[in-house]
Amino acid sequence: MSLAVNVRHRVGSLDLEAAFASAGGITAVFGASGCGKTSLVNVIAGLIRPDFARISVGDTVLVDTGKGIDMPPHQRRIGYVFQEARLFPHMTVEGNLGYGEWFTPRPERYAARPQILDLLGIGQLLKRRPRELSGGEKQRVAIGRALLASPRLLLMDEPLASLDAARKAEIMPYLERLRDEVKIPIVYVSHSVAEVMRLASEVAVLAQGKLVAFGPAAEIAQRLDLVPDDEREEGGVIIDMEVAAHDGDFGLTQLSSPAGHIYVPGRLGPAGTPARVRIRARDVMLALEEPRKISALNILRGTVVDISPAGQSSVNVRLDCGGAAVVARITRHSAEALGLAPGTPAYAVVKAVSVSGPSGETP
Amino acid sequence: MTLFSLTPEEWEAVRLSLKVASVAMIASLPVGIAVAWLLARKAFWGKSLLNGIVHLPLVMPPVVTGYLLLLTFGTHGPIGSFLAQFGIVFAFRWTGAALACAVMGFPLLVRAIRLSIEAVDTRLEAASSTLGANAAWVFLTVTLPLTIPGIIAGMILCFAKAMGEFGATITFVSNIPGETQTLPTAIYTLTQVPGGDAGALKLTAISIAISLGALLVSEFLARRVGQRIAA
Repeated sequence: MSLAVNVRHRVGSLDLEAAFASAGGITAVFGASGCGKTSLVNVIAGLIRPDFARISVGDTVLVDTGKGIDMPPHQRRIGYVFQEARLFPHMTVEGNLGYGEWFTPRPERYAARPQILDLLGIGQLLKRRPRELSGGEKQRVAIGRALLASPRLLLMDEPLASLDAARKAEIMPYLERLRDEVKIPIVYVSHSVAEVMRLASEVAVLAQGKLVAFGPAAEIAQRLDLVPDDEREEGGVIIDMEVAAHDGDFGLTQLSSPAGHIYVPGRLGPAGTPARVRIRARDVMLALEEPRKISALNILRGTVVDISPAGQSSVNVRLDCGGAAVVARITRHSAEALGLAPGTPAYAVVKAVSVSGPSGETP
Repeated sequence: MTLFSLTPEEWEAVRLSLKVASVAMIASLPVGIAVAWLLARKAFWGKSLLNGIVHLPLVMPPVVTGYLLLLTFGTHGPIGSFLAQFGIVFAFRWTGAALACAVMGFPLLVRAIRLSIEAVDTRLEAASSTLGANAAWVFLTVTLPLTIPGIIAGMILCFAKAMGEFGATITFVSNIPGETQTLPTAIYTLTQVPGGDAGALKLTAISIAISLGALLVSEFLARRVGQRIAA
């Protein structure tokens, strides 16, 4: 189902202005904190009355200020997962989960409780109270509560932001399963490049309330200028690949794409399984000749497309590798020493990759 | 007459006091919750005025409140004469005593509930509305359950106030044994007659016991509920 958003709204000193349309899947709303991400999703949920907005999910118009349509939040049937779970403290987990389900008219219920409990791994928590749950469990229950209301659209506002790294790692696979199994559009708000690039199919980038870029995740990933300063080290590209073969002796999986082969540790699904590879710019070295006698497994061959400054002493060099982009962050000094310019053939030596499959790390 | 035996008149005063205070507390509760919610959650024209009127009985001399009640709800008062057509009479009846107690206890009831509603996280209410609850359901399923400790506190304050209410009651409905003579007015009467000291002392002891008992019950309930809803 498609999602079309067009919002103009003034919140405090921030002028929120964003318009984008997504075909479905996970649309990430990305930007530094205070750029209006939460305000935008609150407008979509109907918790903020906007100055101007036209928002529709599929054929359903949620709000159209021009036509005087403004559905109240309880009629929008939007699942909203907040940053701080917001479970009802006076109800058990079961009570929380059943809450939205109960308000959903029977003919419109499509969410099946056993599947959702299974998807999120929360079946054994039903009798507990929210205060007896860990942060990660709370967030999973909150996701389940939103899904059981059989929403038309799922909004997730920094669902991992209040969790530590271990809890984030615990929830991430559930989010990936969610993306692949739930057939409703998801709007995922985050300031984390790693989360966005791992999950999103499309990315909307907000800066000071304005939409500065919107497009497929792989395209947006190449625009390292969009990455906020505090996440600078996380900037990089993503390449959607698929599993080609397994090397049992060394415990490696070979992924293939037009850009070339990538080897990653572990065994990732059968051949043909899609897998998304993320390569951070700072993890890529460049060489003019094909490196030999080098420990790096992953070397991609390409051509320099452009070179853009990245701070005082570094540059981002974008390579075209068989249609896919790879960006390397190297020092300005090296770029000059190698004589890099658009058109220069070069080898990208990839020091580290992170991989996420659609179904996580299934054996 | 031993220390623990009461005369029928004294029993009647105890019974009537409990009845008046209970009716005052229960009858004013729905209105109290509604007013507390309005004051806590809504912005409207005349909010300060409403707040002032609610609190007026707390700051005015009780006799003044009682006299105003007599003027409006008395047999010849505008509201009293209107209600009398339907057989509802307050003047010099126990119902009038309950009304006086309710009016006097109302500010305490509203204050406690209002503070409690203000303490309810509005983000939980927003979450409830995104899950499909309209305003009434949000109130019934989220705001109200989380307000229960405040409601208990308000009810007990109202009850205690009603048990001790003297000035407004005696002014509005007088001091008629068996109809409007509550514990405080009965104690007052006993202290005015020779040899009434023993009776006054007994009723005082009962009054203390009831107040203390109410307080303990409310503490117990509030703690139990508080544990259940603690985040």
